Amino acid sequence: MAPGTAAQRESGRTFRPENVDVVIRVCVGPGGIAAGAMDVIAAFEAEIERHGLHTAVEERPCSCGILKVGCKGLCARDVLVDIMQGDHIVTYQYVKPAMVPTIIEQHILGGEPVEKWRTDDDYDHFHRRQEKILLKQCGVVDPENIGTYFEVGGYKGAREALLQHTPEEVIDIVTRSQLRGRGGAGFPAGVKWAATRRARGNLKYLICNADEGDPGAFMDRALLEGSPHSVIEGMVIAGYAIGAVQGYIYVRAEYPLAVKRLRHAFAEAYEHGLLGKNIFGSGADFDLEIRLGAGAFVCGEATALISSCEDRIGTPRVKPPRTAASGLWGRPTNINNVETFANVPIIIRRGAEWYRSIGTEASPGTKLFSLVGKVKNTGLIEVPMGMTLREIVEEIGGGVPDGKTLKAVQTGGPSGGCIPLELMDTPVDFEHLQALGSIMGSGGMVVMDEDSCMVDVARYFLEFCRDESCGQCTPCRDGTRVMVRLLEDICAGRGTPEHLERLEALGKAMEAGSLCGLGESAPNPVLSTLRYFRDEYEAHIYEKRCPAKVCKELITFCIDEEKCTGCVVCKRACPHEAISGEKKQLHVIDQDACVRCGICLDVCRFDAVYKE
Amino acid sequence: MAYELPKEMQEKLKEVVGHYPDPMSAILPGLHMVMEHRGWVDGEACDHVAEVINVPPIHVYEAMTFYTYFPRKPVGKYNLQFCHNIACHLRGAQDLIAYLDEKHGIREGEVTVDGLFSLTKVECLGACGNAPMMLVRDKYHEDLTVEKLDELIENWKKEAGNGHK
Ligand SMILES: Cc1cc2nc3c(=O)[nH]c(=O)nc-3n(C[C@H](O)[C@H](O)[C@H](O)COP(=O)(O)O)c2cc1C
Ligand code: FES
Repeated sequence: MAPGTAAQRESGRTFRPENVDVVIRVCVGPGGIAAGAMDVIAAFEAEIERHGLHTAVEERPCSCGILKVGCKGLCARDVLVDIMQGDHIVTYQYVKPAMVPTIIEQHILGGEPVEKWRTDDDYDHFHRRQEKILLKQCGVVDPENIGTYFEVGGYKGAREALLQHTPEEVIDIVTRSQLRGRGGAGFPAGVKWAATRRARGNLKYLICNADEGDPGAFMDRALLEGSPHSVIEGMVIAGYAIGAVQGYIYVRAEYPLAVKRLRHAFAEAYEHGLLGKNIFGSGADFDLEIRLGAGAFVCGEATALISSCEDRIGTPRVKPPRTAASGLWGRPTNINNVETFANVPIIIRRGAEWYRSIGTEASPGTKLFSLVGKVKNTGLIEVPMGMTLREIVEEIGGGVPDGKTLKAVQTGGPSGGCIPLELMDTPVDFEHLQALGSIMGSGGMVVMDEDSCMVDVARYFLEFCRDESCGQCTPCRDGTRVMVRLLEDICAGRGTPEHLERLEALGKAMEAGSLCGLGESAPNPVLSTLRYFRDEYEAHIYEKRCPAKVCKELITFCIDEEKCTGCVVCKRACPHEAISGEKKQLHVIDQDACVRCGICLDVCRFDAVYKE
Repeated sequence: MAYELPKEMQEKLKEVVGHYPDPMSAILPGLHMVMEHRGWVDGEACDHVAEVINVPPIHVYEAMTFYTYFPRKPVGKYNLQFCHNIACHLRGAQDLIAYLDEKHGIREGEVTVDGLFSLTKVECLGACGNAPMMLVRDKYHEDLTVEKLDELIENWKKEAGNGHK
């Protein structure tokens, strides 16, 4: 049984926030747990016990309950704790167990919030411009307690769909909402469902693609860990609409917490009759099972995913036939992304017109993004489609930290591209990003500043695609290999003008000739950086210089005579004993012994180490 | 003695076969069971899985080598699954990986002599907000620095010394 206060334990699964005066919401998303959320919860429990706060007494009406909630978005500030008294919420950041007694005594008992530990303006900015539809639940429901999901209207959408609509009507609502697949390609969900419904055969399957592998992306993980029931509910509705009685969630084995919470949520849903036979007495059956991936990025591609479920290895196949006609074990199969499913219950509940009022005409609704890299507020965000990159990075993300300047934003992972500073006013939706040579992808947004070398970034993504290519088709298997070699040459100062021509020619060939999306889009990071940052490539080639001072072969580490205090910290830290100098004397780096690992630069407290 | 899953896991795996129209679909679940039980997979384990679910062993080998999730050699008690993907890369993961090797002798594909540590480089684990990070025994360790690594490793050494399982 999960930890909880005595009041919570007594009422078991159905702990109801309205039964206590003060709700203490602690983030137990992965960021929260890594930052010590469980210790913070234990500290709150101990304090609640010590002050006897699990029940209210007359002279002191403040019974407390602890609610564990999923990702609250701003993981960099974890552990985040909300103290809620009715509608009044005070949020604390970077909470440590040692701070808990003060919070209880001064704030909950004394009525005086502890100002110095509260979240600041940045936190407000981070949230102010967002529009939270899906994430609203994530920071509010306890992912291991279905009761808290019911309280925010959970499974009402499924009930309405199964009892008040025919499958065709459900498909019609989803089609009219113009919900587009959130897994990358943006295909209209309703159209796909209709095709699967129309397909011949009684046995049909529904698959949820939770193989999230785009580097820099963690939207699906946050949803599965923070609000697993919204995904399950979306699948119950979709299963009913297309006529599938069996569904699978294909989730990465590397997401242990997501798997655990899903398993728990399945058990709860079965217990409440929301999965299994005759759901809501509608006569509709639907069973769900987990399939674990095993660390192959290509298995996120729909046909590869299916093949990975069917037999052993995940290799994509040529389309057509589309999976709607022939998918899992040759049966009609509908496959959607986690976030796509999570949108469905809300659309049913609030209607297609409401949904279309959010976002843009061609891309309605909101989109989750994981904002990472060189940005102040890294974390998970949800914004209406059509918001500009600048608004996202500067207003929500708080801009680039440490006084550096923004250089580019990478969207769409290894299939996407880098969008330069000049184009930051581009609205983010499927069409606009594609026009710039990038893609929406599943929602990873990696911010890069002046210290990021675009050639290095391109090489980085190509290495990823090379390692993840399934090896079936030549353009992808060999194309990625050759591209990596060319990029390595450039990074090492061995590049020639011919290298650039070959990269471009090869990129076009791969786009045209690859079997699946992986190979087709693998050149994007190279082509888009060549398009917008050609000067950086040229600096590497003609001047043998890395403008961002990243490429190891083209830089040297030096010690500033003025700033060095002779503290010997760098000398001790250097794994290659390349630094010499006595205590209180100037230190010197032996360039022949130096492998340019940069550890000295990290450990120096006087900024005396610099790159040249 | 050749490797085998414990009897109850074998039974469970046989039951899994029944979930699917084709026993081949049980190959991955079978390999995951071996991982759960022992933490790594080799030819013997493949033969065993093949026998339990009754498919030709070659298909199980094929799966083992296709996916990166299955280490093919024993791993340390603490297998550091270190993310070297883009967000972690931008925030210095490669330097930390080098540091683990230089300072602690922990490097990819090897187990330290005391049997405690090994390292696997993995792709993005979806914790990029707090990069660089690693996953160890199902726990995320984020915002890593040289000092933090030293501390974690010290703690694990102590934990192991105290006979912690
Ligand atoms: C190499 C590659 C990797 C992919 N990875 C994912 C993934 O991790 N998650 C996902 O939902 N879709 C992924 N896709 C897209 C799927 O093929 C498919 O379009 C999607 O799951 C359909 O769901 P949607 O219509 O709801 O977006 C990937 C595609 C390719 C080519
Ligand atoms: S890049 Fe390392 S966790 Fe995402």
